[in-house]
Amino acid sequence: MSLLSLTAAAPLAAATESTSVGSPIVNISIFALFVGVTLVIVLKASKNNKTAADYYAGGRSFTGTQNGTAIAGDYLSAASFLGIVGAIAINGYDGFLYSIGFLVAWLVALLLVAEMLRNTGKFTMADVLSFRLKQRPIRIAAAITTLSVCLFYLLAQMAGAGALVSLLLGIDGKMGQSLVITVVGALMIVYVLVGGMKGTTWVQIVKACLLIAGVLVMTIWVLSMYGFNLSALLGDAVETANNPALLDPGLKYGVSEASKLDFVSLALALVLGTAALPHVLMRFYTVPTAKEARKSVVWAIWLIGAFYLFTLVLGYGAAALIGPERITNAPGGVNSAAPLLAFELGGPLLLGVISAVAFATILAVVAGLTITAAASFAHDIYANVIAKGKTTPEKEMKVARRTVVVIGIAAIIGGIGAQGQNVAFLVALAFAVAASANLPTIVYSLYWKRFSTQGAVWSMYGGLAAAIILIAFSPVVSGTETSMITSADFAFFPLSNPGIVSIPLAFLLGWLGTVLSNRKEDPAKQAEMEVRSLTGFGAEKATDH
Amino acid sequence: MAHPTSPDPVPQDGTDAALRTDPAPDQVSEEFMAVQASDEFQDLRKTQRSFIFPMAIAFLVWYFAYVLLADYAHDFMSIKVIGNINLGLLLGLLQFVSTFGITAAYVHFSNRKLDPRATALRDRLEANVDEGDLK
Repeated sequence: MSLLSLTAAAPLAAATESTSVGSPIVNISIFALFVGVTLVIVLKASKNNKTAADYYAGGRSFTGTQNGTAIAGDYLSAASFLGIVGAIAINGYDGFLYSIGFLVAWLVALLLVAEMLRNTGKFTMADVLSFRLKQRPIRIAAAITTLSVCLFYLLAQMAGAGALVSLLLGIDGKMGQSLVITVVGALMIVYVLVGGMKGTTWVQIVKACLLIAGVLVMTIWVLSMYGFNLSALLGDAVETANNPALLDPGLKYGVSEASKLDFVSLALALVLGTAALPHVLMRFYTVPTAKEARKSVVWAIWLIGAFYLFTLVLGYGAAALIGPERITNAPGGVNSAAPLLAFELGGPLLLGVISAVAFATILAVVAGLTITAAASFAHDIYANVIAKGKTTPEKEMKVARRTVVVIGIAAIIGGIGAQGQNVAFLVALAFAVAASANLPTIVYSLYWKRFSTQGAVWSMYGGLAAAIILIAFSPVVSGTETSMITSADFAFFPLSNPGIVSIPLAFLLGWLGTVLSNRKEDPAKQAEMEVRSLTGFGAEKATDH
Repeated sequence: MAHPTSPDPVPQDGTDAALRTDPAPDQVSEEFMAVQASDEFQDLRKTQRSFIFPMAIAFLVWYFAYVLLADYAHDFMSIKVIGNINLGLLLGLLQFVSTFGITAAYVHFSNRKLDPRATALRDRLEANVDEGDLK
């Protein structure tokens, strides 16, 4: 142990002088290799992009295992990886507590959503929600909530890309970071335009394998240094940090009554939001049957569960081997815990792999979000609302491709604009909007026979508005040192997470809108939806080529 | 939250559908409503719901019990059990165990109880309804 810290001390001391650790050349080369390999895969995948089902749903020809791996790739964003390792290294137990919600949430998808959604929908969430209700109002509302969630998530990822650049490539200037954000955005547009869902899925599969393999190697490495004794690792973490509270709850969420309640609110949004994230829902259409959709979630649960167990070891490993003080003082702060640990263990090469994986993560997540948003706009708004169903699949796909370019450019501009802003709350907001605006309507339309158009519209708009308004009047936007706007204070709502209010409200509005509705929905359509959702009769088949 | 289930079957006289104009309930709709009212389908629906609803409530209660303990019962969660491993860490790891356990249980249950019933009903529908008639 002491030998190791001696040998590592020299390069790390050098590293803190310049702004990055390791060698930017190695980092960039490994990332370029990833881009090269995935571009070839995307080009190969694009050969079969003929129909809308090919473009939006990868021809529905992925196996459950492949799709489950892609789900893990889509879900384990850079925030999960760098953020949670750092949170555990610095806040100890509370970082671990945070990670558990991200896993448990998948049971909602497994038990209540995945299979029935696969059986009743084609490409988007709105397909399911509008199945037995009035098409126009439901499609518009569902597309608006889908686009909102995608936009918040996308902005957070693009802003994160800028921060990652300064940490891993040593590019500090605003111009340099903007250039990297533009390159990431442009690459993403190419992947999604050329490869469609098939290409996007393969990028996510490759990225998930790299990420989980990298994290597994680091976990075994750390554990082997402590004779595979978790208690010894924890003890050393406490010693290095000189803080016994690192193992107990409360360091982050326990500081005040408001922060305790805030965590309950966050937990609610995480658990109920995951199964209603549009880019996660869309992944269930890429497999041929509901049984494969089930297998996808099962496989995703194993991978994601294993991943968060590994981050527990890595977080405490970073606390023990590097120490919270050095992590907070490094460029990138909390986010530098995982890269610093990689450097400590395997030198520049392992750091290069981990850095490349972090970049690949942003690329893959952003690609998944973009294709989801484009599908929602082209399929729900353009084809079903503007053209009123009187369009050809070719025309619809042309609109989808143009939307990809528009969203890609918007993401680049937004990412550059968000540089240096504190936008970490956007990911939590995306989950809160998904849990408030989408989940109640999904659950009601699958399981409540009486559910009506008015209930769905009230619940979706009510949930969306409540989440956004509460966040606008919360401490993350104004009133404190760490807010987006520090010069003014209009934070009337004391919590940073709106879920504890907006989620019950959206459930209530869905119920109220239904019982107060004059319109009676078509019982034949309800019968058709229920029968098809449970039996899989008439479900969209895989395209054969 | 409202009760999302209502066990009574759809009225089969078609009064509502008749009021709605549009083409009167065609043959395909009739078939779906007949299947929905059948004992086999009601049995499938009941079997599915009697597993997923209690299981969903159970894991949510267990997760939020854990969150509230970690959030409000710091002393309790800080009790050391084995070496440096405290109750909070053990309960957190148990969340992983229960998530994996429920996943495995659901797969076992749906392979045995749901899939055969769903397949039988689907075969019957495929024999009676041309999928090309679906919108």
